[in-house]
Amino acid sequence: MFDSLTISSLPSVDAALAVDLRALIADTVADMPTDKRARTWAGHSAEFSRKLGQAGYLGLTLPKAYGGQERGPFARFVVVEELLSAGAPVAAHWIADRQSGPLIHRFGTEEQRQFYLPKICKGEALFCIGMSEPGSGSDLASVRTRAEKDGDHWVLNGQKIWTTNAPQSHYMIALVRTSGTAADRHAGLSQLIVDLSLPGITIRPIEDLTGDSHFAEVFFDNVRLPADALVGSEGEGWKQVNAELAFERSGPERIYSSVILLDAWASHLREVGRSEASVRLLGGLTAKLAVLREMSIAVTAQLAAGESPVVEASLVKDLGTSLEQSIPSLIAEDLAAHPDEAVDPMLFKTLNYLSHIAPSFSLRGGTREILRGIIARGLGLR
Amino acid sequence: MSMSEIFEPFARLLSDIATPAAVRALEVSGDVAPIWSAVEASGYLDILVGEEFGGAGLTLSDAAPIFELLGRHALPLPIGDTMLARALLARAGVEYGADYGSAPIALVTGAQPCVGAGFASAFLTGSPTAPVLQAAEVSATGVHGDRSAVVSLSGSAELRPVAAILRALTISGAAHQLLEMTVAYANDRAQFGKPIGKFQAVQQQLAVLAEQAVAARIAAAMGARAGLDASPLQAALAKHNASVAAAQIAPIAHGVHGAIGISEEYDLQLFTRRLNEWRMADGSEAYWADVVGHARLGQPDVPTTQFIRSAI
Ligand SMILES: Cc1cc2nc3c(=O)[nH]c(=O)nc-3n(C[C@H](O)[C@H](O)[C@H](O)COP(=O)(O)OP(=O)(O)OC[C@H]3O[C@@H](n4cnc5c(N)ncnc54)[C@H](O)[C@@H]3O)c2cc1C
Repeated sequence: MFDSLTISSLPSVDAALAVDLRALIADTVADMPTDKRARTWAGHSAEFSRKLGQAGYLGLTLPKAYGGQERGPFARFVVVEELLSAGAPVAAHWIADRQSGPLIHRFGTEEQRQFYLPKICKGEALFCIGMSEPGSGSDLASVRTRAEKDGDHWVLNGQKIWTTNAPQSHYMIALVRTSGTAADRHAGLSQLIVDLSLPGITIRPIEDLTGDSHFAEVFFDNVRLPADALVGSEGEGWKQVNAELAFERSGPERIYSSVILLDAWASHLREVGRSEASVRLLGGLTAKLAVLREMSIAVTAQLAAGESPVVEASLVKDLGTSLEQSIPSLIAEDLAAHPDEAVDPMLFKTLNYLSHIAPSFSLRGGTREILRGIIARGLGLR
Repeated sequence: MSMSEIFEPFARLLSDIATPAAVRALEVSGDVAPIWSAVEASGYLDILVGEEFGGAGLTLSDAAPIFELLGRHALPLPIGDTMLARALLARAGVEYGADYGSAPIALVTGAQPCVGAGFASAFLTGSPTAPVLQAAEVSATGVHGDRSAVVSLSGSAELRPVAAILRALTISGAAHQLLEMTVAYANDRAQFGKPIGKFQAVQQQLAVLAEQAVAARIAAAMGARAGLDASPLQAALAKHNASVAAAQIAPIAHGVHGAIGISEEYDLQLFTRRLNEWRMADGSEAYWADVVGHARLGQPDVPTTQFIRSAI
């Protein structure tokens, strides 16, 4: 079972990409405190994203004809791993580079490709994902936001929620109903590219429990979109969104969300000269990350072979987010097992940021229960 | 010859001779002869021995499916151990045929019971580059159905990495066998008017079992990639994760099976008992975590990702 997920190695030409990139990253993160770097892919800097684009680190999987680098998923893995490992602020371009670009490339018209992809590759077109709604979370097919045809326009009404980076983004790719009712489930859904500067759109940031505001509510009130806002085929939105989720769930960001904390804690252990129990914990977490990394590379190899590894990506994401979540919890236990030992305030702050945000790791991109359901279907149980 | 042409005859051989009934008979009688003579005659014991020494010359990585098959059959015999030992002995130029022929060899890597030692008549210590083969006394554990044994030699920590990688591979094989058996059982067994596999609580347990089985397979493959001369750190990444998986998989498989899984006559127990044995053999997850932890602390200035890249 899952025999197609096999160990694979990063091609050395791609692995070499990391070397030059490291210098560019070092410049940017030099002044960032650890707790800011611990935001990994939630840290936002449009300027850094443009720099990455200029230096050729975005659009690695897209053809040169559209401004991409045509290097494939392995090269993207190397770049993404390096960025996450340093805690570089990558949120601005993240979604466009990971899924909106590949989605437009795969399902879009030639005009759409020529319009959006070069901007995405330069880090100048920032995208967000409009899937969730107040009444539709895990049950995504129940979305109610609607687009009706009116002459050569679509008229959009409804609401999205939890939309990461909506306030800073130029475009949203929204999953909406274009025919039928919520009872029709997977039929009648389509994906539209919504220009977020259009009249009738209201965006309200939502503050999270750490004080950050990375996501938002987005309201559509008779928003008029041109006919070519439709991406892919009308009524095929469900199929497209599932292909998109394979990109969304398969990357190394699903294993590295706590890696900045892990490094900071390792430095602390070195300074205080810690007990065998702490060393064992450090070793166990590091060993598990090593195997998850190998599993993530195996999924990347499937993407590189043109497959859509939906089940495998779910499997790695569930294992990966479980480990990411365990790291702050275990480090909290370890640090406070030594009440007489001083803890650097920045380590304490970083730990607590992660302890508070960690529950979101197994919610964003599909919950643990939903992913396990997908795996169970892959096993032939459903 | 393609790899599958190499593996298929071995798979067929094991299906014929290493049936659950044969494994039970082995456990009860301790008589290796019927299975061993067939394995010996097949020529597969020299699968890792270099071509220049008359073997098939496969790398550990190439031969990984062979070791996983041993796990898929819950074989308690030291077949994998003997394959490794013969490769190490051949390349070191150690002559042993006159004294031991094609006897089963157990790897002795510590003071605790060694896998298959109760079936073995020769014992390997020393190191991967300077292996030493000799006879020894063994003391049975007395554990029901268990033929591992304490060996009267001082075990070799230097052989522990390659032995641990072998254990990771057999864990992976047994894990996938358990995954398939347990999914099949969940689809078959009905309660409350439907197959228990239709209950979401059961599905979620099986998803975890699948995740751990795949993690064990990838971990074992990492170890195999490192080869016969794997470093302790490379072996640690493999065996830590395989042992973690073993400890999670056995209870889930039993939980889903209910009481039938506890009964002697049902095959599940052959695999879960082996998982428990292989999890501990040649270092548990904690032992190997210590190895990784000390190595990590020894490289203060690199981030985790870089540490991992240079370790594998
Ligand atoms: C940080 C963050 C960023 C996000 N960014 C985005 C974004 O950019 N765009 C976007 O569209 N969405 C985004 N989301 C929303 C995310 O996709 C949803 O949170 C997720 O799909 C779950 O939906 P929900 O929160 O409504 O929970 P619910 O679906 O209400 O689930 C609540 C609980 O019930 C369980 N549950 C639900 N259905 C089942 C079932 N059938 N079987 C078993 N258990 C079930 C769930 O597993 C969960 O434990 C983001 C969320 C977070 C936390």
